[in-house]
Amino acid sequence: MVKEIERAGIPVVHMCTVVPISLTVGANRIVPTIAIPHPLGNPSLSREEEKALRRSLVERALKALQTEVDGQTVFEE
Amino acid sequence: MSKIRVVHYINQFFAGIGGEEKADYKPEVREGVVGPGMEFNKKFGEEAEIVATIICGDSYFNENIEEAKKTIIEMVKKYNPDLFIAGPAFNAGRYGVACGTITDAVNKELGIPVLTGMYPENPGADMFKKSVYIIETKNSAAGMRKAVKSMAALALKLAKGEKIGTPDEEGYIPRGIRKNYFAEKRGSERAVEMLIKKLKGEEFKTEYPMPDFDRVDPNPPVKDITKAKIALVTSGGIVPKGNPDHIESSSASKYGKYDISQFDDLTPETHETAHGGYDPVYANEDADRVLPVDVLRELEKEGKIGQLHRYFYTTTGNGTSVANAKAFAAEFAKELVADGVDAVILTST
Repeated sequence: MVKEIERAGIPVVHMCTVVPISLTVGANRIVPTIAIPHPLGNPSLSREEEKALRRSLVERALKALQTEVDGQTVFEE
Repeated sequence: MSKIRVVHYINQFFAGIGGEEKADYKPEVREGVVGPGMEFNKKFGEEAEIVATIICGDSYFNENIEEAKKTIIEMVKKYNPDLFIAGPAFNAGRYGVACGTITDAVNKELGIPVLTGMYPENPGADMFKKSVYIIETKNSAAGMRKAVKSMAALALKLAKGEKIGTPDEEGYIPRGIRKNYFAEKRGSERAVEMLIKKLKGEEFKTEYPMPDFDRVDPNPPVKDITKAKIALVTSGGIVPKGNPDHIESSSASKYGKYDISQFDDLTPETHETAHGGYDPVYANEDADRVLPVDVLRELEKEGKIGQLHRYFYTTTGNGTSVANAKAFAAEFAKELVADGVDAVILTST
């Protein structure tokens, strides 16, 4: 799906936990996430901490969308 | 001659430990066979025997790849096997990646022959088909018998150091290796024969298949994110409570498009996941953990992004064929373009 969206001309960032899969599939902008059943959360944190964590990941995704890349790029912290 | 010693790797599901709720199961080694190992031992007959089975949860492996690799290699080493096999994983994505990763690692670290099996669309196949032998299997465990039969036959050959035939003969996924051989007819003759077959509309077989690279160049970045319209897409199966369109829990035949304009936050009362390929407890408790509507709404209010697009698109990514996923996205990407969406955040579980 990532590739079809990219092919349609829209920049796309893939947020996922298993980065090797994303690389194999062919995503260009990749943000690694927390865990498979809760990529953008962590149930062991408090509600506030969890939301802060989610916000930091989404902000990284937005940064990725604003970054020029010339090939597959993983946006680590 | 003593029997060939084999160590077998399987996941928590095939070990009978549990489904997704046990996917974080840490590596464990048991003497002898567990689950599909029994069928392997039957096919091995007197020639080989599974001496130990290593079990590991699919999520645990994929979330802790380096650690899992280290632990499992140590476990394998203790049994001093002549051969290491994993799976078969069919079309289970995380299991396939685990089987590919661990067979590749065992082969490199311990120098023994390795083998796994999976469906060609399993992401693990593309990742590891060049470094290890992967028997091509069906997309579900219904193909177990056939998979074990081909795997056992090739496994014995590998362990005995026998000559390995072509992918067609042995049933493994082509590795992209070229071997020289003497053909009976010269090239020009073969080429003309192929051309004639093609002209007649008959089936012909190329001697040099083109590699299948499907890469899309990245689009230029978003210039002004504070004015951008951003859409959310997910393969994590988030749907309105009750799954109104009955999106399948695996091997999805459709996707959903849902209005989130009235939501600042996804709650257990409003949204849940339809995905059957991961433990749904966390997403059902708070779907923002997969589809971050709450923080995007916040960022929208603060003026950090222009706008969160009114609709999100969703499907379940487990076992869903590449052809389906491609068709879904090709269709809704057109809508996204027509709706003036500037960028997409796609989340996967």
